Amino acid sequence: MTGQITSQLSVMAAGTDHQGLTAILFLAVVGLTIGITVWASRQTKGAADYYAGGRSFSGFQNGLAIGGDYMSAASFLGISGAIALSGYDGFLYSIGFLVAWLVALLLVAEMLRNSGRYTMADQLAYRMKQRPVRTAAATSTVVVSIFYLLAQMVGAGALVALLLGIDSQAMINVTIFAVGILMVFYVTVGGMKGTTWVQIVKAVLLMAGSALIVVLVLAKFDFNLSDLLGTAASNSGHGSAFLEPGLKYGATTTSKIDFLSLGIALVLGTAGLPHILIRFYTVPTSRDARKSVLWAIGLIGTFYLFTLVLGFGAAALLDTGSLDAAGNLASPKLAEEVGGGAGSTGGAILLAVIAAVAFATILAVVAGLTLTSSASVAHDLYNSVWKKGKASERDEIRVARIAAGVIGLIAILLAIPAQKLNIAFLVALAFAVAASANLPAIVYNMFWRRFNTRGAVWSIYGGLISAVGLVFFSPVVSGKGIDPVTGKNLSLLPADIDISWFPLENPGIVSIPLGFLLGYLGTITSREPDAEERYTELEVRALTGAGAESAVQH
Amino acid sequence: MTTHDQAQRHDPVYDRLHETAEFTELRRRYRGFAFPATVAFLSWYLLYVVMSMWAPDFMSTKLWGNVNVALVFGLLQFVTTFLIAWMYSKYSTKNLDPLARQLDEEYREGRGEAS
Repeated sequence: MTGQITSQLSVMAAGTDHQGLTAILFLAVVGLTIGITVWASRQTKGAADYYAGGRSFSGFQNGLAIGGDYMSAASFLGISGAIALSGYDGFLYSIGFLVAWLVALLLVAEMLRNSGRYTMADQLAYRMKQRPVRTAAATSTVVVSIFYLLAQMVGAGALVALLLGIDSQAMINVTIFAVGILMVFYVTVGGMKGTTWVQIVKAVLLMAGSALIVVLVLAKFDFNLSDLLGTAASNSGHGSAFLEPGLKYGATTTSKIDFLSLGIALVLGTAGLPHILIRFYTVPTSRDARKSVLWAIGLIGTFYLFTLVLGFGAAALLDTGSLDAAGNLASPKLAEEVGGGAGSTGGAILLAVIAAVAFATILAVVAGLTLTSSASVAHDLYNSVWKKGKASERDEIRVARIAAGVIGLIAILLAIPAQKLNIAFLVALAFAVAASANLPAIVYNMFWRRFNTRGAVWSIYGGLISAVGLVFFSPVVSGKGIDPVTGKNLSLLPADIDISWFPLENPGIVSIPLGFLLGYLGTITSREPDAEERYTELEVRALTGAGAESAVQH
Repeated sequence: MTTHDQAQRHDPVYDRLHETAEFTELRRRYRGFAFPATVAFLSWYLLYVVMSMWAPDFMSTKLWGNVNVALVFGLLQFVTTFLIAWMYSKYSTKNLDPLARQLDEEYREGRGEAS
């Protein structure tokens, strides 16, 4: 007890120097990314530059950028925190997030690169009625991106507040506002080129920073994984159950099915995330798109192996009772510990470095999301639906920039009340919506000649509405009641309102099959000979690259 | 229906390419790898998720030290993901890319573009 109090006092004493250093490194990250963005803006001329970075990135560069776009705050802070608190069950997230890349590699990346131009909707609009499918695809793009954006912004607010010692709600809101302004700046000024380079720099920083901490953690256990696991298990207070599945999800049959539902959404969601899909347009050919996914798989897989060590390392070396409820600060605190502990110079430096890396992570991901949704609003809704394809390139990009500002503002306004929500939950919901609304349409479109406009529209809206609707009537929103220990309301709505009738927190196990079923039913109840005929062209183009968009020559 | 309702380009060269033996072969080779591989890795992954929740005794069997079946099973998911990605990379470079390049050349010739 006394030991705990002294260690807390020393944390508070050390607080002031590490905060100064952390603030300097945060500003360095912001300065660097602004520099990159301004540089990139000079290279950006037309729509292909603005939306797709001129399609001139190499497979390796795009692989890094995909890693930078994908490894979000939920991965870096959320997964290691989940492992630190719930042990093995946190690791299941990493596996789903990685295996999902095989869907993207085998079924989506190359064909999408060959058949689209700027947005996810392009590939559907290739053979269907433009206005209904673009409206549907743009709607689901914006919804998925906003859920994902909220998660990142809430994470940024919590991170900055805790690391810089800000505890007033007003200052946290100012942080969220500042992140929102920065992401709009990156996207409106730097376009896809600026965003891509920010993501590449972030991926390098994140890999280097985590590798350093991993080596330092393993060195503490003489590189003996079994010792690390044993110490984590005994220090966690759960014993060997900490290293086995089921600690968090294994309690009841409902929670087990909930976990299965989450697992399905994770593995099928990645290949339907719009901000990941449009990254395939930034390379010159489908072969480069394949190479970029291969690099991304190597990078992301290595990173998730790192999170395993970070999570169990935090459980072994930290007093996990002192972490925040979601464990989001496990990695930064672990960095401080292996750097020499609270109060040491080494600890302060490593804590500041890892915090700055986490901040860079958030900035790179929000930029990618804002770009994706603004591109879809401008290219799909403004130009194709509203102007019937007659808007000039200049007008379209102008609208994209305005849309980025509006989406940034919406994200800021929603993020402030969303701070009650768990980051990992928001990201998991984005994956569930992507898997239910987007993946069925993409897969049917590529592999089923008979698929048509009605099928696409039904599957997108059906998947979208069922995924979001089931969450609304789930225990997440109401009906969980009050936690008997902490006295906190466990659901979003006030505890006396209970509208929950869907027992699972993860909707995927129902909404994903529903998305596929509605796509099938919509298709067989209507005939669209044009769409079937044009499948010939789509199929040839998707498999051979004949007539695909080529790189911009400067 | 206005021209805008459907994307405008429709080049008959695509119909010709679609009929060629090379294209049929390319599609057969692509699907011959992608479809079975997808079924395999999804089943393997679902097996892992289901076992984690419904076979806790098996998963918590200790193999050596503190390393149990669950951890090895999880790490094997990493291994199979890397392996399938690597195999697809080899397979597509050897069996898909040459055919795709050849058909792309025919397309350019068919449209009178220099390749």
